[in-house]
Parts: sequence; structure tokens; C-alpha cells
Amino acid sequence: MIQVYVLWLREMKRLVRSKSRFFSSLFMPLMFLLFLSSGFSGVKFQGIENYTEYLTPGIAAMAVVFSSTFAGLSVLWDREFGFLKEISVAPVSNTAVVCGRIAGSATTSTLQAMAIVILSIPIGFSTTLYGVLTSFFFVVLMAVTFTGMGLVFASVIKDFHGFGMVMNFVIFPLFFLSGAMFPISKLPSFIRIFAYANPMFYGVSGMRLALISNCLSPAYLLISLFFSVITVLVAARAFERI
Amino acid sequence: MHAIVAECLEKNFDVKAVDCVSFKVKKGSIFALLGPNGAGKTTLTGILTTLIKPDSGYAEVAGFSIGEKMEVRKRIGVVFQEPALDTKLTAKENLEFHAMLYGMKRKEREERIPSALKLVGLEKWENVLVEKFSGGMKRKLEIARAFVHEPEVLFLDEPTLGLDVQTRRNIWDYITSLRDRGVTIFMTTHYIDEAENLCDTVAIMDRGRIVKIGKVDELKKELGEGTVYIELEKADVSKLKSLEGVIDVILSGNVVQINCTNVELLLPKLFKLLDGIKSVKVKNPDLEDVFLKLTGRRFE
Repeated sequence: MIQVYVLWLREMKRLVRSKSRFFSSLFMPLMFLLFLSSGFSGVKFQGIENYTEYLTPGIAAMAVVFSSTFAGLSVLWDREFGFLKEISVAPVSNTAVVCGRIAGSATTSTLQAMAIVILSIPIGFSTTLYGVLTSFFFVVLMAVTFTGMGLVFASVIKDFHGFGMVMNFVIFPLFFLSGAMFPISKLPSFIRIFAYANPMFYGVSGMRLALISNCLSPAYLLISLFFSVITVLVAARAFERI
Repeated sequence: MHAIVAECLEKNFDVKAVDCVSFKVKKGSIFALLGPNGAGKTTLTGILTTLIKPDSGYAEVAGFSIGEKMEVRKRIGVVFQEPALDTKLTAKENLEFHAMLYGMKRKEREERIPSALKLVGLEKWENVLVEKFSGGMKRKLEIARAFVHEPEVLFLDEPTLGLDVQTRRNIWDYITSLRDRGVTIFMTTHYIDEAENLCDTVAIMDRGRIVKIGKVDELKKELGEGTVYIELEKADVSKLKSLEGVIDVILSGNVVQINCTNVELLLPKLFKLLDGIKSVKVKNPDLEDVFLKLTGRRFE
């Protein structure tokens, strides 16, 4: 346990020392939020009463998914700068290493999601404290799933070129298939099938229900939990090859 | 007692990186693996530190088979050839991270970390971010870190590669003082002087094999008491071998290397015998000569 803690502590120290990175990673989601919600403010979407309200949970989820995938892939940096060897020669199990990393990135992601929800209040978003706390379940589970996924990709790709590939060919499609910006019911049915296999879809939907309607969906929670357990197990196996 | 035992370890990548290597390292001694770049030293170190799985063979480190990874890892410290520090953490934080990773209690940490920093003379830098450190300081910090959890065996892969003379001598001092505390040191180097000055036992490695193993003095003795290098206009060495005191004659290019028992008596005879001498150099044997004799090649 102390080993998971120390790996988490390292991530936190690095986070505090590079605050600018934390804030700049909030920048893109906030741009999406500001421009889309004001640009589409006069547009009437079928089944959506208030677009800002619809969009905010989606953008918070986007921040979580991007930053946690990034956190998983950042093991590539550790490999490049040699630090990974320090960890791999220590008497620590791969599972502990993976858990430490996930704990660090889940903390960062939760802070980011919180920042986005708070910053969206001035532009017309409203929620309750209960809603925010309930949405954290989904934030954490998404962070676990996507950090794990980042670790798995890091074990497959050999260099930084692969990094952009993962972002372009995996993360962006998952983002568009998640219902973060528009309901997936608008997608053609053969594409919609992929959305149901997308862990982000359940995270976004769960967050939206929590933040807007103040309710916790057990189905979304269980499915999200299922995805996160699977990816942690796969990531712990994959980590042996990094 | 032996801290490391290796029996016919083998590892193939595209070539045979480690080719049936066997040796033993005595507890509390400094053992050096000497060889040119690409001899297989780093691969062998990787096998012994449980990072690389050998294709075949058996090895034991600190009393445990290398298959029992966790048991071995608890008992060893490793300094890699490439720096493996977190540059966004301070010197002290790097050591604390390490100590906690090795499961050390707070009281032990508070005791051991300052003393490890002091050993390598970095106590004044403990709260400075490692990214501000020079190459030599980083290496010192890594040695301090590898020792924080008091390992039984310390692995050092090229510990002084690319460092200036002063820092190299400092690091040799730290290594010696660790040995004096009873730590077994396994190091690789391609610096002949490092192996000669520092080590109790030297194994010479070339193309994945250990070609010779022994104490530095013993290895030198095998070569005789001295070496004469003579550069000739035209190399004709046929008559040299029969001269009294000559042990061995090696020709490389226009230079004849003669290993002999008594240089002073031999020199006048050589001058009489050989025509067209361009230059003469007399030298006591060192490990480079051993390497040349064993492999037929110069050490890089």
C-alpha cells in the first residue's frame, strides 16, 4: 500500500510543480464549452432544453478522458528519461505500479472536472452539491478506465509518434461516440452500436444524470465499474512489457 | 561465501549477447566486468538484476535465484548507465521516493537519507530540483540512492562514464568505502584504469563471453614483467622468439610487442638484432595488454 501511496505522491508533487500544465490542459475543454454553448445558444435541438446544461457534463468528461489517457501514456516519458528503470528494478508488483499511476491520474482528473463544472456556472450551468459528488463516481471510474487504456497503448507503441496516433484514431472517435456534444440517438444506427461499446458513453451519461437530475444511475455505474476493472487487469499485464 | 553465482547464462538477441557466462563473486569484494562497448556487459547486468530473463543458465544473487525476482530486488541496489532520476523532484525527494518504494519505515528513512547524501557530498543540495544538477552530481545522487536501502549487492553499470577526472576519483572513493562496509560491488566498465585501480577481481568480457577472470595482479603476471613496443620500418620478427627472456611476441602493423621477463637486459640485444628501428616504448603490463593478448585486438 505504501508503494501505491508513494507513486501517487510523486504524481501530486509533479502536478503542483507544473501548475501551468494543469491549467493549460483545462484550456481546450473550456474553449469547447464557451464557443459551442454560446455559438449554439439559439439553436433548438430536439429533446434538449438547454444546450449549455447538456454540454457541460460532456466537456467535463472530455477533460477527464483526455487527461487520464495522457497520464497513462506519460509512462513513455518515464521510459525516455530513464526513470522507469528505477521503478522496474524495485521490489514492487506491476499491479501496485499501475494502481499508483491510476490513483495519481484519477486525482488530477477529478480536480479538472471540478474546475470545469465550477467555471461553467457563470455561463449558466446550475447543479447541486449532491449532483457534483455523485458525478465524481463516474469521473473516477472514467479516469481509471482511460489511464489504464493509456498504459496499455504505451506498452504497444514504441515512441512519441504513436502518441498522436492514439489521440487521433482512438480518443477523438471515442469522444464523438460518447454523446458528450450531441445525443447519440442522432447517429446512424450502425455507428450507434459502437457508442454502446464505448466506456466514455456510460461515464458521460452517468455524469449528466447526476449533475442535471441529481440521480445516480446504478446501471451506468455498474457498466463503468466493469470497464474500469477490465482495463486495470489488462494494464497490469501489459505493464510487464513496457 | 559468494554474493553472486552465475552458471552458463545465455541470452540471444539477434546475436549471442551473453554466451554461456559463468563466474562467482565473493561477498564484500569489488568485481569488475571489463570489455569494449557491445561486449554484453549491460545485458549480463540486466540478467543479474532481474530485468532481463536469460534464455538458459542459472544465477543466484544475494542467496536467491534470479527467478525469485522480489527477493533479489529487495537485496540489490542498481545504478544504470543512463540516468534514472525524476528531474522534477529534489535530491531528497528522489531518495525518499526510493526509500518508500523499498518499504523503509519513516525512522529508517530519516536516518539513512541524510547519511547517504552526506556520503556523496550532496547534503547542501538536498532541496534542489535534480534538473539543475550536473552530470556528475546526478551520478553521485544515483549512487547514494542505490545505497539508501542498504543492499547486499550493488550493481553499477559504467559508473564513471563521461565524468571528469576529479568526479571519477570521488566516485571511486565512495565505491571503496561501500565495499569497506561489507557491500559486494558488481560493476561494468570499459575503462582499464578503473578496473585496475578499484577492483579486487576482473573478468574480461568480449563478444558475449568471459575470456579471462582473475585478480588484476595475477592477470598482469601472466604477461611477464614488462613489455617493449618497437616500431620498425620493416617488421621481421622471426629471430625474436629465441632470445633469452622473451615470453611472447605479438605483431600488429609495423609495431612489434614483446613481452619479456627482464626489459633492461633485453633492450641492448634487440638493438643489435633489429635494423631500421623507428621508435621504442617500454611499458609495464596493464590490463590492456591482457586484453590484446586474449582477443588479438586492441581495446577500442
